[in-house]
Amino acid sequence: MSAETLATFPMGGIHPRESKELTEKLPSEVMPLPSQVRLFLKQHVGAPCKPLVKKKDKVTEGDVVASVEKLGANLHASVSGTVKGVRNALHPLVGNASALVIATDPEAEPRSYSPVDWTNFSREELIAKIKDAGVVGLGGAGFPAGFKLDVRPGVKVDTLILNGAECEPYLTSDNRVMLEHPKDIVEGAKIMLKILGIDYCAIGVENNKPEAIEALNKAIAEDTQKNGYRVVVKPLKVRYPQGSADQIMQAVTGRARPSGVRSSVIGIILQNVYTTKAIYDAVALGKPLYERIITLTGKGIKRPANVMVKVGTSLSEIVEYLGGTTPDLAKVIVGGPMMGFAVSTLDIPITKTTSGVLFLTKDEINTDPHYACIRCGFCVDVCPMGLEPNYVSVYVEAGHGADTEEFGVDDCFLCGSCAYVCPAKRPLVQFMTLAKNDLREAKKK
Amino acid sequence: MIGTETDATTVEEAEKAIPATEEAEKAIAPELYVSISPHFKSAETVSKIMWTVVACLIPPLILSVFIFGFQTLIIALVSVGSCVGTEWVSNRCLNRPTDTIKDGSAVITGLLLAYIIPPGVPLWMPILGGVMAIYVTKVLMGGIGFNIFNPALIGRAFLMATYPVAITSAWLPPIRDAAVFKYMGAGVDAVTTATPLYVLKHYGMAAVLERFGSLSVIYRDFFIGWRPGCIGETSAFLLILGGVYLIYKRYITWHIPVSVIVSVAFFTWIFGGEKFFTGNPLLAVLSGGVIIGAFFMATDYVTSPTQKTGQILFGVGIGALTVLIRLKGGYPEGVCYAILLMNAVAPAIDRWFKPKRFAPEPQEGA
Repeated sequence: MSAETLATFPMGGIHPRESKELTEKLPSEVMPLPSQVRLFLKQHVGAPCKPLVKKKDKVTEGDVVASVEKLGANLHASVSGTVKGVRNALHPLVGNASALVIATDPEAEPRSYSPVDWTNFSREELIAKIKDAGVVGLGGAGFPAGFKLDVRPGVKVDTLILNGAECEPYLTSDNRVMLEHPKDIVEGAKIMLKILGIDYCAIGVENNKPEAIEALNKAIAEDTQKNGYRVVVKPLKVRYPQGSADQIMQAVTGRARPSGVRSSVIGIILQNVYTTKAIYDAVALGKPLYERIITLTGKGIKRPANVMVKVGTSLSEIVEYLGGTTPDLAKVIVGGPMMGFAVSTLDIPITKTTSGVLFLTKDEINTDPHYACIRCGFCVDVCPMGLEPNYVSVYVEAGHGADTEEFGVDDCFLCGSCAYVCPAKRPLVQFMTLAKNDLREAKKK
Repeated sequence: MIGTETDATTVEEAEKAIPATEEAEKAIAPELYVSISPHFKSAETVSKIMWTVVACLIPPLILSVFIFGFQTLIIALVSVGSCVGTEWVSNRCLNRPTDTIKDGSAVITGLLLAYIIPPGVPLWMPILGGVMAIYVTKVLMGGIGFNIFNPALIGRAFLMATYPVAITSAWLPPIRDAAVFKYMGAGVDAVTTATPLYVLKHYGMAAVLERFGSLSVIYRDFFIGWRPGCIGETSAFLLILGGVYLIYKRYITWHIPVSVIVSVAFFTWIFGGEKFFTGNPLLAVLSGGVIIGAFFMATDYVTSPTQKTGQILFGVGIGALTVLIRLKGGYPEGVCYAILLMNAVAPAIDRWFKPKRFAPEPQEGA
């Protein structure tokens, strides 16, 4: 298939260096048990969990250790061991946050799960299982999957889209999941189709992952119990930010979601491929979400790898397992290079939504000071939402962040395409964030 | 810090967990840069773009030495020196960073200013023009990115308004015998000539043909650059070459240059002759400053609209105003004022032509 005929989103976008070759061919490996895990009480969209265990309690891998009544997701012990209490730990996004600390019992046997036939479960039972297992959107947003699938009656959904774009450079964890567990993903898709009461699911995968596309196609072809469900793979042209919700929905279906409404309004439910695998685990295996594959990559780490780690494992322990960092390490980024968060220390726990950690060396990062806007308009050309980051940045610099509503600041999802192309190296994402803040403050008044 | 929070029960164990020296701490957590995303940036920079434009402007300067003699190089150097010097001094006096001179934008202004003044002007004119272009038009407006008007054009407009005789009579006939030092020294006044547009405006098409040869000779000579005119505006060929390279590099797009050139040709064709639809569009495009204006001045990022549709309106406006000034105005040439007038409208055009948003309004029945 030629690149021209491949679907993609229609406006804006960039194509940064992909750099996936470091880890895309490396099978995921299981890291030995960490010495302790620190489970943030809020790893999802919604209210923080309340701990259900006390200090010195013994817990077994997979036990619910914290839960939440409203919108949120259960938290499970990712290792067997002893609860040490709730302490502050450094969260890459929000700074200090409360985390439940469990000291690992190295002698404990790993818990094993065996598949059951899920087709007899009712819609409500399926949703309950997904909610109980603490499954959240693993693409990064962390929206509780069970709540997303529990569509209000009357909302007409006709398409399930699985997001396998993985458009961030460097990251390969979704790629590995699609390659290593294609059958689970297809089963997971069917579980969701049953919940939604529809029959069509499209898996959007950028065509720089031909092996993943092949594996998924093979799994679909070999599936003997289709039960009327249609699951198809849609190869997409490589373009950032294709993995963003609006962009992949439009690339796959051609439908554009109006600003400020949920995707179900245009008949679509969107889930990440890894979330789909977690949903399969939750329903068919009864296994909660407490471990995941993350990509550790970049020139700054001795041995780049895709590693299956327990949620709550400290990054420093993972780095140690991979042989440490190189002397010229200059920047550590939790997430991808376009939207990830730079951290100042390796002493941070992995969360459910951590898809990778990037280790960049001195010569790979740009520390140039930013310059005045020369109105070249490059940012306007690449903005996938049709916004004007140039004007927003000038307004914010001049102290008029509250006057930027006309430029559609609310639509910005901080993909960073504008800042990537800016020849003046202006931190446009930061200006956008500041403008969002100023607008919010102004509305309160 | 790693290890400050331990469950050690004895002092010895706690000391083991806490790194004892700074080196030990660095071994665990090297000093890391933090910044907001994205952590990747493209290789383009402002100064790279500016210096590429400078490079694209050099060939016409070299050719001008062979057309009008060696003093064009001196005028260009003086003009660049004046612009860069003015930027440095004024930023210094205003307590602003002076390293902006390295970005190359003042060099572009200096070159463009020299390119749009006649080759026979005295050397104090580019100096004065440079001060006006950089200090008044750019620095006082807030520096790079904040000027409303194209600095080089304001420099020329200022010279035109204050010393109209000096700037409209210092034209030199092209040298045919490669005697590049011919006009050096005192003999400039004796050999001044008139530009094709001047001849056309005051004596008509027949006089142009009589003076510059048959149409095919005119097209050839004017395309290469062998005609009276400003220092760097004469060679359509080299200017288009530079402009096309900038388009190839994606520093500029075709929208402004094409709309300017096409509209000058179109409006001249309609209104430029004795009767409607008898004007000579090719002569109109190849004479005066249309090509240099279309590729190198109207495309100035700061003073042109950002949206493609707005850019086309901007370009058509320049073309229409140029033809209007040429045919009905007091001057034989109008590109300079046409661009300046449209510069003033550019911010408004940017407000009228907004980029197409993804999907701003919730749909009916949502």
